[in-house]
Amino acid sequence: MIELENVAYSYGGGELLSDLSIKLAPGSFHFLTGPSGAGKSTFLKLCYAALMPTAGQVRLFGADARAMDRDAIALVRRRVGVVHQDCQFLDHLPLIENVALPLTVSGKDVAREETNLKDLLHWVGLTNRASALPPELSGGERQRAALARAVIMAPDVVLADEPTGNIDWEMSQRLLQLLIELNRMGKTIMVATHDLALIRAAKAQVQARVLRISNRRLQLAGADL
Amino acid sequence: MSDISGLIQSDVSADRVVPPAGFTVRLTLFSAGAMAFLAVFALALSLAAGRLASQWGNELARSSTLRISAPAEQMDTQVAAALRVLETTPGIESARALDAAEQQALLEPWFGPDLPVEALPVPRLIEILETGAGYDASGLRLRLQGEVPGAVLDDHTRWRRPLVSAASRLRMLGWLSILLIGGALAAMVTLAANAALAANAQVIAVLRLVGATDTYIARAFVRRFTLRATTGAAVGALIGLLGVWLLPAADDAGSFLTGLGFSGWHWGLPVLIPPLAGVTAFLATRAAAARVLRGLA
Repeated sequence: MIELENVAYSYGGGELLSDLSIKLAPGSFHFLTGPSGAGKSTFLKLCYAALMPTAGQVRLFGADARAMDRDAIALVRRRVGVVHQDCQFLDHLPLIENVALPLTVSGKDVAREETNLKDLLHWVGLTNRASALPPELSGGERQRAALARAVIMAPDVVLADEPTGNIDWEMSQRLLQLLIELNRMGKTIMVATHDLALIRAAKAQVQARVLRISNRRLQLAGADL
Repeated sequence: MSDISGLIQSDVSADRVVPPAGFTVRLTLFSAGAMAFLAVFALALSLAAGRLASQWGNELARSSTLRISAPAEQMDTQVAAALRVLETTPGIESARALDAAEQQALLEPWFGPDLPVEALPVPRLIEILETGAGYDASGLRLRLQGEVPGAVLDDHTRWRRPLVSAASRLRMLGWLSILLIGGALAAMVTLAANAALAANAQVIAVLRLVGATDTYIARAFVRRFTLRATTGAAVGALIGLLGVWLLPAADDAGSFLTGLGFSGWHWGLPVLIPPLAGVTAFLATRAAAARVLRGLA
């Protein structure tokens, strides 16, 4: 599905990530930890071709990321849902249109997906906020809206970059439950976080692999938790 | 071609992904309107110059003048001889000697109405009208030299050419102005599109994150700028047409300056200006969007 082989990424003359190799199997759940600036976000960006490796190979759904043109990358991103810490929305569109944005840009008839869209908003608990503009939403609401947008295209993989960074513990738990539900539906999940309590809470409910970026390299960190 | 069909097909959701506000709206509308307004006048100037060149060319090309300068006692003989020569020259439709009243009318602007033409040694004039095929001016001159020594043939070439040439150049300048107006519109739309794309870098990032192709993103901007430019140009062209319509009508006294408007089917040509402005905006925005999106990759 997503496969990194001896991947390195250099930025500004220095190597940020080195010799990373991993395969994200279908239906797996991964946490990615590490100190701030270790390269967690960079790792995730390599997984959806927002960045290209400076060495090694990233294979996305069987294709070499570096050989893809921009349209092919766009098609890959329809199969990978991404949730950022600073959820990026189009501030001039109401929440429901932001959530439906992946459908809009892929040319699908949004009106025909209205039932799914409403179910999805109900699932993330935002039914009554459908017509609110993004600046009117709280941090937790934005995170849940970002998750709803990430999964509306029924992607194979969901990547979340510090999804609980700006929200309280109760809301973090709610978001985690949504991610666990997605994983139980067969989605591959990778969550970059330094919130160890969140990881422990997840491991109590689901089989998750914990990876750690340390000294530019990827390590299995499950034993530490 | 698919770009144009995508442009024509209405896609409300796609149109909404780009924020509607911004100074680029007013800049594009105003630029397109102003350029279309100027284009209407440049078109009117060019077409009027074309009509003038054609009119002068046709009218003067088919007529010539034979001037006979001779002593008074030989004048009638030489005029009669000249008319005989002209009657037998192939390519001449008709030739007639101007009478005293006509010659006086010709001189009146310079010497007033009381000039005694009969008392003065003014040359006699013969007006020649050619057939469509025309006559051999060099051959006629040789014959006249032998038979009417006081005759000088003026086929108007000497002064017709610069007039026709001036009118033709004026027409060319009109078309050049239209091209420059088109170029200026393209430049303004490119600037506005660049500004809009730069101001919406965050929007583009979000669209890419959710899987929008560059074609989709570019199309959202291209459609918007094309519609704005077409609308602005339609308003500008309409105002320009109104201005041309209000110009004084063509008459003999006013000549060129009062014949500056459109005539006949030429009134339909300004209708082409808004779609042409739209095509210009479409090409300019598409090129700008492709360049900016490549840069943001």
